[in-house]
Amino acid sequence: MPADLRTQIEEERPYLLRFARLQLRNPEAAEDVVQEALVAALAAQAGFRGQSNVRTWLTGILKHKIIDAIRRSSRELASGSFDDDPDIGDLGYKFKENGHWAERPAAWTEPDSALERKQFLAALEQCLARLPARTAQAFLMREHLGLETAEICKELGVTATHCWVLLYRARMALRQCLESHGSVRGTKGG
Amino acid sequence: MMLSCKDVTRLVSQGLDRELSLGERTMLRFHFAICAGCRNVNRQLALLRSAIRQLSEDEAKSPRG
Repeated sequence: MPADLRTQIEEERPYLLRFARLQLRNPEAAEDVVQEALVAALAAQAGFRGQSNVRTWLTGILKHKIIDAIRRSSRELASGSFDDDPDIGDLGYKFKENGHWAERPAAWTEPDSALERKQFLAALEQCLARLPARTAQAFLMREHLGLETAEICKELGVTATHCWVLLYRARMALRQCLESHGSVRGTKGG
Repeated sequence: MMLSCKDVTRLVSQGLDRELSLGERTMLRFHFAICAGCRNVNRQLALLRSAIRQLSEDEAKSPRG
């Protein structure tokens, strides 16, 4: 293997760790999957023919390792159920009984400058950490790993409808959390 | 059929996970035309999606990692 490729692979470690930590929450589990991915990448370097960049190639390998880890931990938890998660309902979404807004959501001041963007992403991370574990897992499998709903349902052993409900709740909860965090406090008319 | 705002937000979220039918898309469009609250949520959930994609990128690029 070209020493050059080996170096490039090693240089991506911090990025890969960060990527894995977002999904798995547990830093040790994240270290483990990154290690597995790097070993697999070194063994399969012939598979890298420069058709994509090194990061994209490694991220693809890492995603598979992460999904394997999720599968293993689902099995350890024995039940594929989300019963451990508190029912977060439709979260603070004071819909009236007829299903209309009790309080109309205002437009956000969207992050514009580099600093605002950074603050927004920091708030988002804090909000993600507050989501119940399995709800967050389903949400990140969709948005972070980019899996299709069907695949998520299969891995988590839930129906498609349940999947959509989980994703809906996660999004509404994050939306609510970001708003109360203040970094997007709506000021523009809506 | 008239959708409530609660139905609309569910559909907006599902629109990020599956292809909505023409009928569903039409209902959403009509609803957005008259409801600023749901219009705002629609935009915010889209922003949420793009922000998640930036999360791992962002930190990795910063020198302190």
